[in-house]
Amino acid sequence: MEVSGIHAHPGQQGICMKTLRRLFDFHGGIKPDYRKESSTGDPITVVSASTSLVIPLHQSIGGPPRPIVCAGDRVLKGQRIGDADGNVSSAVHASTSGTVTAVEMRLMPHTSGLSALCVIIEPDGRDEWMPLQPFDFRAATPTQTRDYLRDAGVVGLGGAVFPSHLKLSPGKQGKLDTLVINGAECEPFITCDDVLMRERAEGIIKGTALMREMLAAATALIGIEDNKPEAIAAMNQALQQSGIAHIEVVVVPTRYPAGGAKQLIRVLTGIEVPHGKRSTDYGVQCFNVGTAYAIHEAIDLGKPLISRIVTVAGNVGQARNFEVPFGMSMQNLADRCNPRPDTDRLIMGGPMMGVLMPAADVPVVKATNCVLVGSPKLFPPPPPEMPCIRCGECAKVCPADLQPFELYWFSRAKIFGKAQEYNLFDCIECGCCAYVCPSHIPLVDYYRFAKSEIWAREKEKTSADEARERYEFRLLREEREKQEKAAKLAAKTAAGREKAAAAIADAEKPAETPEQAAKKALISAALERARAEKASVVPENTGNLTSAQQAEISAIEARRAEIREMAKPHLPPDD
Amino acid sequence: MIAAILVMALGAVILGAALGFAAVKFRVEGDPLVEKIDAILPQTQCGQCSYPGCKPYAQAIAKGEADINQCPPGGEEGIRKLADLLGREVKELSAEHGIEKPKSVAFIDEQVCIGCTLCIQACPVDAIVGAAKQMHTIVADQCTGCELCVPPCPVNCISMEPLAEDVESWKWKYPVFTLTPASKASA
Amino acid sequence: MISYLFILLGAVLVNNVVLVRILGLCPFMGVSKKLETALGMGAATTFVLTLGCGTSYVIDTWLLIPNKLEYLRTLSFIVTIAAIVQLTELVIQKTSPMLHQVLGIYLPLITTNCAVLGIPLLNIGLTHNLVQSLLFGFGSAVGFTLALVLFAGIRERMEGADIPVHFRGTAIAMITAGLMSLAFMGFAGLDKYK
Repeated sequence: MEVSGIHAHPGQQGICMKTLRRLFDFHGGIKPDYRKESSTGDPITVVSASTSLVIPLHQSIGGPPRPIVCAGDRVLKGQRIGDADGNVSSAVHASTSGTVTAVEMRLMPHTSGLSALCVIIEPDGRDEWMPLQPFDFRAATPTQTRDYLRDAGVVGLGGAVFPSHLKLSPGKQGKLDTLVINGAECEPFITCDDVLMRERAEGIIKGTALMREMLAAATALIGIEDNKPEAIAAMNQALQQSGIAHIEVVVVPTRYPAGGAKQLIRVLTGIEVPHGKRSTDYGVQCFNVGTAYAIHEAIDLGKPLISRIVTVAGNVGQARNFEVPFGMSMQNLADRCNPRPDTDRLIMGGPMMGVLMPAADVPVVKATNCVLVGSPKLFPPPPPEMPCIRCGECAKVCPADLQPFELYWFSRAKIFGKAQEYNLFDCIECGCCAYVCPSHIPLVDYYRFAKSEIWAREKEKTSADEARERYEFRLLREEREKQEKAAKLAAKTAAGREKAAAAIADAEKPAETPEQAAKKALISAALERARAEKASVVPENTGNLTSAQQAEISAIEARRAEIREMAKPHLPPDD
Repeated sequence: MIAAILVMALGAVILGAALGFAAVKFRVEGDPLVEKIDAILPQTQCGQCSYPGCKPYAQAIAKGEADINQCPPGGEEGIRKLADLLGREVKELSAEHGIEKPKSVAFIDEQVCIGCTLCIQACPVDAIVGAAKQMHTIVADQCTGCELCVPPCPVNCISMEPLAEDVESWKWKYPVFTLTPASKASA
Repeated sequence: MISYLFILLGAVLVNNVVLVRILGLCPFMGVSKKLETALGMGAATTFVLTLGCGTSYVIDTWLLIPNKLEYLRTLSFIVTIAAIVQLTELVIQKTSPMLHQVLGIYLPLITTNCAVLGIPLLNIGLTHNLVQSLLFGFGSAVGFTLALVLFAGIRERMEGADIPVHFRGTAIAMITAGLMSLAFMGFAGLDKYK
């Protein structure tokens, strides 16, 4: 089913478009109470670090970065403090100038309430930037550009914090059809992308143009939900002023979760990315508007990602948006908005997909798009869970076209294989199913539980396979050593027997004359000389090798390969 | 009477011949079942099952010599998988072979280690690095927690450290909470 | 021709060997925990039963009746079926060792599956000819497979269900089988619309 976007009727909203774009519909979705107005009244307030910053090293998907500063170091704003660990990782930077007071375990903004390695910086109040150097990506190879963005710490700011440099390669064909920039921002309360588009539209457009060029995309579509007319107007104006071609602002109908990557791609291009495929296989890539802005700052201004826009909303007197340096405590941020006295919790993210924070003084990180202040009145405890009546409401609203009641059944009974057969991992945890469930079942909690159990099991399986391989290799090695020892022993005893036989023969022979002895000494001296000469002639095994040595080396290598081959597990492929 | 005996004898001869031929024709070599069982076992090679390694235990299960509940590191989950594979009933873990413990890794107190290499020889997966009269250390990523290195150490410098949960390995908990009766809750 | 169709349909649905004739309950309860196993058992039984019906007809008509040895029926049928089961076992062990392991004791026990002896004996009682015997055997086996697969599907599903403690395991399986049997009674009379 297609729906026509509002821009197809230009008169209605006063938005003039050059072409009519056909929009598509995604399955399911809901229309919750958005409650976005309260936080869009004020412009973005830039917060500077006043108290000590706790900057977690691991803020993105992938390997945790390694710290490259230690206690006592002075750091400048924008200086790298954590180096990306491998390519699937992203660097971390100091968000203000000051002194590193410690590198230690601190409570993370994570539901688990566990700690991880953080760099603690005591700000000196001067906010002194390190020298900034714009990056000329046109003069650099694509790999250099990606390495630069990795070291600038640019990650997806929509919430998934996937390292952006990994998404900035055009895929197999070498070019893309469409670059989708996600400004839908469908979750209630959150307005950080909205205000960013209102106030910094020019930067977003520049960032989009940069990405379009890097990805060799034919067009870039900036999708914005129709409940943000100010943002749409600002973006269109900035687009016209910049005069950049092949970028288009597209207004999409408001419906949760239109801001999901797969859902927005579907709405804008009609492409439904199937299970197990990537969007780049279909010539589409998707980035958040915040990421576009971060890429513009990193490339055009040379600024690494050290702050982001965060919405503070919920149980507060004045909800608003801040530009927050990473590492600042959420409590500090919430306190600037007059939280009401009955506040009892902080949620990172929105009411649909957000996660409860273990304490109020956890730091703001790259994934923090919103600090939602909660109270029992605003978010009353859910009514008790009732049995599933298989009404199918959840399947009706699932934007991923799954069968949530089946996933629930199998996750609850811990039958994980079946849950996977029903494509549990295509679930985006948007919470639509739990929102409409008449039995108040916390469905997403079950899916999260099942997913983490399956991941843990897969990890265990890989380590078991590794252990098996190592064990089999060890057995093989022991066997080989035993054989070698036996062979050596056999050779030794054979040599010993010969010697003994020679000694007996010697004893039987008449005693040698002095003349003979002198001759023998001469011969042995000559032999010694020859041997010494030979030894000095032998070339170093690192230098120019003779063909015989080469052959010997390759024979050894072949033997090694053979052993490796034998040590591999002889399992048939799992069917 | 004679006819009956003849008929039965004839039948027996024909069927016997057919079966004999089939037995030769469909002879099975090797046992692919062992591999499947081995794939389920945790590969700690700890020997708690009273077999020298995971593979021999798998062979014993395939032959029907060993029960499926003798592997403490595999735990309840492992037993369930084996029962599933072999179509048997799920059983409790056999107590004489040990109890299920949280996964841990060996840790060498490097101040105390004298570099005797005894633990290196005991480690079934080569997860200990070191040489004679040099300090030894555990490659924690590859340690299976089998505890085989603990008894040979002459200075008792190896201890088992349970693996701590971190943000990466943390798992979402099962969302069902047991209800306490009202009388207990109020008390 | 239509009578052959009715033999087949009657054997599969109306007089379902498990749920209406209540024959072959041992594998019905024993190997119905997983769908794949149930399918494997069904296939093995279909093979044995069809072949068994054919051979027992041949033995009965050309060996036992001419020699007036009808009293050897049960004995000779059992021996033949045992041989066929042995053959099936060898074939399965070769082609699908997993299935062989999973079917376990139930595979040789096909010999003592009362359905496998009962259907050839019923064939003789109903004075079927060779084609009818084969069809009846095949139909009954398909009926057996159908019941087994349906039952296995239900049991797989029930694994995740919140069953009261005292009903868990075999108890609820028996109740389910009873309900299925009731449901199959709905087919009664289907073959009367001739």
